[in-house]
Amino acid sequence: MSASDQLEFRVAIRDALAEELERDPSVIFFGEDIAAAGGVFKATPDLFERFGRERVFDTPISELALAGAAFGAAVTGLRPVFEVMFGDFMGLAMDSLVNQSAKFWYISGEQHSVPLVVRSAVGGGGRFGAIHSQIHGTWFQGVPGLKIVCPSSPAEAKGLLKASIRDDNPVIFLEHKRLYSVKGPAPPADEVLPLGQARLARAGEDLTIVALGKGVADALAAADALAEAGLSAEVVDLRTIRPLDLDTVLDSVSRTQRLLVVEEGPRTGGWSTGLLGQVTERGLHDLDDAWIVATDETPVPYSPTLEDAFMPDAAAITASVRSRLGVGVA
Amino acid sequence: MGSSKTGTSEGTERQARYIDAYARMLLIRAFETAIHRLFLRGEVHGTTHLYAGQEASAVGVCLALEPDDYVAGTYRGHGHALAKGTSPVALAAEMLGRATGVCGGRAGSMNVIDLEHGLIGCFGIVGGSIGAALGAALSAKRQGRVAVAFFGDGATNQGYFHECLNMAAVEALPAIFVCENNLYGEFTPMSAVTAGGDIPARASAYDIPAQSVDGNDLWAVEAAAREAVDRARSGGGPTLIESRTYRHYGHSKSDPGAYRADGELESWLERDPLRLARERLLAEGVSEEILATVEATVEEEIGAAVDEALAAPYPDPGLEQASEFRG
Repeated sequence: MSASDQLEFRVAIRDALAEELERDPSVIFFGEDIAAAGGVFKATPDLFERFGRERVFDTPISELALAGAAFGAAVTGLRPVFEVMFGDFMGLAMDSLVNQSAKFWYISGEQHSVPLVVRSAVGGGGRFGAIHSQIHGTWFQGVPGLKIVCPSSPAEAKGLLKASIRDDNPVIFLEHKRLYSVKGPAPPADEVLPLGQARLARAGEDLTIVALGKGVADALAAADALAEAGLSAEVVDLRTIRPLDLDTVLDSVSRTQRLLVVEEGPRTGGWSTGLLGQVTERGLHDLDDAWIVATDETPVPYSPTLEDAFMPDAAAITASVRSRLGVGVA
Repeated sequence: MGSSKTGTSEGTERQARYIDAYARMLLIRAFETAIHRLFLRGEVHGTTHLYAGQEASAVGVCLALEPDDYVAGTYRGHGHALAKGTSPVALAAEMLGRATGVCGGRAGSMNVIDLEHGLIGCFGIVGGSIGAALGAALSAKRQGRVAVAFFGDGATNQGYFHECLNMAAVEALPAIFVCENNLYGEFTPMSAVTAGGDIPARASAYDIPAQSVDGNDLWAVEAAAREAVDRARSGGGPTLIESRTYRHYGHSKSDPGAYRADGELESWLERDPLRLARERLLAEGVSEEILATVEATVEEEIGAAVDEALAAPYPDPGLEQASEFRG
């Protein structure tokens, strides 16, 4: 891999937005500090200068108004993308997303869909404390009509964000803060990935580890460590919480007979619990074992020692597999 | 007497417009009377919030709109839909939960959507219409259209109201915020829960031109709406109109309105918007015969609409091919 095709995650986000703004004049992008300032995570610089304030604009700190504006714009011909800076702020936008955007296609008798995307930075590890570190996907996973996407790498981020902007339905797009500075191979030009199709990130025979977002890199690192101990782990990058690609997970489990789901968040009400339940419902005959590595049932702590212990990482995944499956300490 | 042929013809055209508007108000009243009866018979389900008494508000505003302008209504939205052009048959069928309803029976009384007529939705959450219209105004600005939000006095205490008025003003969007102040938020008088009590003053704080009008006077509402539409279309940004009116029924079908002071309803019935419009049309020379014909025609139309809706089939759960997603 040459240095030139190393793409930074935050640049992948910016490139996806730029390409879709360029391709489709109905795409607009707005949010707090996203235009002139280029975003607090520097994910959206230069878009304002390039596309002008009619298409890319800063807004008041009014998350409910942003969500309402995106909904109303989406049902009248635009394809809005808006940023809610930290996922934790999505509670403020919830009425419009849940009661307006998510339900419109169905309750209108399919008169019109709601093509919008709401991007947010999510997740722990940034020492931001309990109210700037949550992953809000699970707040929305029980709402029919919403798609929830969580990319795991720069190439995935670009292809999935482009897909989300082109999708005719409301999409909640989760960008893990710990990924913004990660670099990886650039995707093929114009690659648009499917929404609702999980990706086999690593093939293996003894165990399936399902993860998404930052968790995929952790699972891959754990799989490397486990391989040294003689255990072959398959890693599935789920990509979307809703729709849930159960078939890919079932297919993997039918070959490995063991399932570990890794979630950065509490298991109660988590996507991991839902996935495990559905795998059990449909694939119990294939299962020798199934369990979850999740966080404690507390808010995300601030202190570095507490937060590091709270977050599932490669070491935690490796340790859990070793103890659960009795894999010898290498 | 017209001073020229043109003047006479303009006068006649103008008169015809208001006769049509009166007919539209009557249509809403007759529709709500019918829905009330159907609710008591168990044909309309859940709950319903009747618009009777507020007709001049929706009809007056929509008189100033073009067919492709956008309207967002409330859960008291039958009047908003009918004023914007929704078919009474399709609307009645929706209330009755029938497959031929404007939303196929999936929406019901509180959530009607009719994009063909620019109705981007009626919203079951207080204030929801304001957010929807803000967004529609983003599109409308590019399309040379305007977007109207109808909402009640109760909504002026929601985050939607303050966040969206501010953003509409900052972006100078072609939005018209129509607050139908009917004095009660559900069962509670506005005065008990609304600090300051002055709704236009709230808009003024956001530098949005605002005025109060007699919401039972079709002509007054229309004039205010025209001014707002002209401002919006010419790039002058949003306007707030407080339309002071009154609902004849309680908040919803579970509310007999027992909290109203003695004589309050009666005094508002004196100023029934239909009565005011009828008196003015008569004073302007429209004949009793013409008005009687209009009234009989509307009664007949609603009777036929209800019959047609009642004869329509319910959606068959076995045939529903609903998907949560498009595509």
